[in-house]
Amino acid sequence: MSNSPGLVDAPSFSGCFHCGLPVPDGAHYPIQFEGETKQACCRGCQAVAQTIIDSGQGAYYTHRTALPATPREAEAELAQLGLYDLPEIQESFVRVEAENIREAALILENIVCAACIWLNERHIAGLPGVLSVEINYATRRARVRWDNSRIQLSAILKAVSDIGYIAHPFDPGRSDDIFKRERNTAIKRLAIAGLGMMQVMMYALPAYTATDMTDEIRLLMRWASLILTIPVVGYSAWPFFIGAWRDLKRRNLGMDVPVALGVGTAFVASVYSTFSGHGEVYYDSVTMFIFLLLTGRFLEMNARRRAGAAVEELVKLIPAATTRLPQWPARDEEQVPVARLAVGDHVLVRPGETLPADGVVVEGDSAVNEAMLTGESLPVSKAVHSRVVGGSLNQASPLVVRVDKLGADTRLASIVRLLDRAQSEKPRIGRLADRAAAWFVGLLLVITVAVGLAWYLVDPAKALWIVVSVLVVTCPCALGLATPAALTTATGRLTRLGLLTTRGHALETLARATDLVFDKTGTLTHGQLSLRRVVPLGGRSVEAVSALAAALEAGSEHPIARALRQDRPQGEHPEGHEGLAAYPSQGLREAASPITPAGSIRNTPGRGVEGTIDHRVYRIGSPRFATASESPPAPPESSGGEHPANGHESWVALAEGSELIAWFALADTPRAHAAAALAALRQQGLRLHLLSGDAEGAVKTIAQQLGFDAWHAGALPEDKLAYVKALQAEGRIVAMVGDGINDAPVLAGAQVSIAMGEGADVAQAAADMVMLGGRLATLADGIALARKTQQIIRQNLGWALGYNLIAIPAAALGHVTPWIAGIGMSASSLLVVLNALRLSDFKQPVRGEAPGVKNAALTPYP
Amino acid sequence: MDILILLIPLSLVLVGVIAWVMLWAARSGQFDDLEGPGHSVIMDDDKPPKPDDAPKP
Repeated sequence: MSNSPGLVDAPSFSGCFHCGLPVPDGAHYPIQFEGETKQACCRGCQAVAQTIIDSGQGAYYTHRTALPATPREAEAELAQLGLYDLPEIQESFVRVEAENIREAALILENIVCAACIWLNERHIAGLPGVLSVEINYATRRARVRWDNSRIQLSAILKAVSDIGYIAHPFDPGRSDDIFKRERNTAIKRLAIAGLGMMQVMMYALPAYTATDMTDEIRLLMRWASLILTIPVVGYSAWPFFIGAWRDLKRRNLGMDVPVALGVGTAFVASVYSTFSGHGEVYYDSVTMFIFLLLTGRFLEMNARRRAGAAVEELVKLIPAATTRLPQWPARDEEQVPVARLAVGDHVLVRPGETLPADGVVVEGDSAVNEAMLTGESLPVSKAVHSRVVGGSLNQASPLVVRVDKLGADTRLASIVRLLDRAQSEKPRIGRLADRAAAWFVGLLLVITVAVGLAWYLVDPAKALWIVVSVLVVTCPCALGLATPAALTTATGRLTRLGLLTTRGHALETLARATDLVFDKTGTLTHGQLSLRRVVPLGGRSVEAVSALAAALEAGSEHPIARALRQDRPQGEHPEGHEGLAAYPSQGLREAASPITPAGSIRNTPGRGVEGTIDHRVYRIGSPRFATASESPPAPPESSGGEHPANGHESWVALAEGSELIAWFALADTPRAHAAAALAALRQQGLRLHLLSGDAEGAVKTIAQQLGFDAWHAGALPEDKLAYVKALQAEGRIVAMVGDGINDAPVLAGAQVSIAMGEGADVAQAAADMVMLGGRLATLADGIALARKTQQIIRQNLGWALGYNLIAIPAAALGHVTPWIAGIGMSASSLLVVLNALRLSDFKQPVRGEAPGVKNAALTPYP
Repeated sequence: MDILILLIPLSLVLVGVIAWVMLWAARSGQFDDLEGPGHSVIMDDDKPPKPDDAPKP
């Protein structure tokens, strides 16, 4: 054991102490941990780490096995937490027990490993007034009970966000209950089948091997086996009979038909032989067969649920509550649940809040971020008479909106409906495999009947036994397990790599993909502005001008303002300049650095901000606005020094009076290691395309930097779809990686689509796969794994078919005794399953990429 | 070999008991979270929530 308790078992967590991202040059956010000084990459990480350590839970850092997300987006949500204390809002998700005892269900975001659970549990349980907290690792959901007279729900939610996680109350609802019941039933069926199988095998083995067994004992064992097999066939195998019956009613031949037929015939024949005292028994084969099939289905069910639940949690664009102005234009406010809004109501939407419904602005001027709906990363300015869309985020100043569409009529709802339809149409490709299986089953039945008839003519006494042995030995088991076993294992492995599969066909198609089409915004970049460079003029220091800019932008939610505040370079000892204090070490990112806002701030939307600091007037914004002149000086060369042209930088000017004192360069940042990830993909023989709605210059720079084979700027959604269709017309198989709702038609149009976990929620619901954590390297792993899976499925099918080609004629000729049939059947299924299990520790040769990816402990299902 | 006449029914009874236990476990939620408890055992809960008490390396 190493005696440095820091990051003992995870030496690869270099970079930021909290989130592991590289620490930018010049950043200085020290953290004291067990007597050592560690570096964080940003103030958010620093604050979160400090809170965790100060509350005595530093052990989290020693135990974690995966890196958390960088705390960033919590701010806007924080403002809304207070709403969750209102009784009318609580009524949908809080259970009132006694007078003051409340219980709520929470979804936790950003949980990546078991240590996160531990940390959250300890942190919440340590709050005074919290009675109990229970977190389920598998579902990432928590149940909290608290005493309402001592603590409010908002305080609990705030405590969670203090340590870098996000908690959303949710209505556990019916789908959860249904799944829980289904899973419970499946476990019971599996348990019965497993126990039955083991015990029947105990009776069967001596019957096969012993030479001196008396007839009474043999009979006793048969009866005991019969008693054990009855519940296995009657209870555990019930779903197969139901499924077979359903298939037959619809006149198609699924895998359930031969399974039910094999189980049924073998069981009935065995019962007959037990009663009559002659012939063979197949109880061991029957029970093992059922157990193996049930295991496969159970694993598959869990994997499916995992994928579904993750998507479900993401669909929460519309807020729970909103501020209504019943007497508008009078200012009386009331908090109402969104469900109680009516068309014609006026609602007040403050900066940082999400619009609850579609409507028209009647008062106010603001910038609204519609990225969720349109994919446009920059906010759109809205004034009186502008239309606003539910689900978009108000960023600059308060708006009063008259609601004209609600619930199912809103644009968001209609988009969701469209996606639903697109989804239901898609999996047709995947049915091909089923059709081939049905064909095989049909052939098998024909052969069985033919064999039965032939033997009936030759030797009627043997006919039944031969039919049974044909049905048992053909083992639809190996065939039935060949594909699902491989797919399930691969899906589980992919999930652990950070790629959720939401559609069955995704893996298969991904393996065959020849072209990878990227949508730039949010896929290759973070979709968030960050401060690139500060150029102070007239001998001022970088810190001083940054502090001025932050003070001017203190009250704004505009992305430029946010970037100026958050990425503000700070010296090691911030001097009290302009009242800027050294930031304390607790609280969230924003709270961590008290910025004294400038006085008499005036915001001119779309242009800039003016304010007073120390009796001097400062203006920040577009060069024209800041200098208040028609011919402002040009910004410095964008390709200066250590920062070569990095996409498009936007320049913001800061002026004191009319004298220009600093330039700030802001740009969208490319995701970490995008270039390495893309190089790996190219190595796999994929052609890379970049489609973007952005201007040519920016797209070109990024495309060249990252080495795309083809790129297309200024593309509208229709153009993107046309581009994808054109590729498909050439016979290419297109995988699309996107993030916004405007990508949805394109995502649906591509043969296989992958959404980024940070992107718009609904796009994820439409995509075949969802990539969590935004690490592009996952894609290359995913494709390699998908190809390996195809290979394993082919091996499995080949083995199953080859086995059947030998076994069927042997059984048809009467050379297969029950124990040979049993062993053959078990061996072939076991081989198939073991072969599939090789995928579970599949490793792509590492390419020095994102350390957290390999052991990202997204639950492997048992 | 006569002992088998006793042992075989006995094994049936045993299987019955185990099956009952399994069904009880499934009903009472023992299988609801198969990951978390395993990890929470390893986590050290004894450290008092004071940063000063953290063991020095």
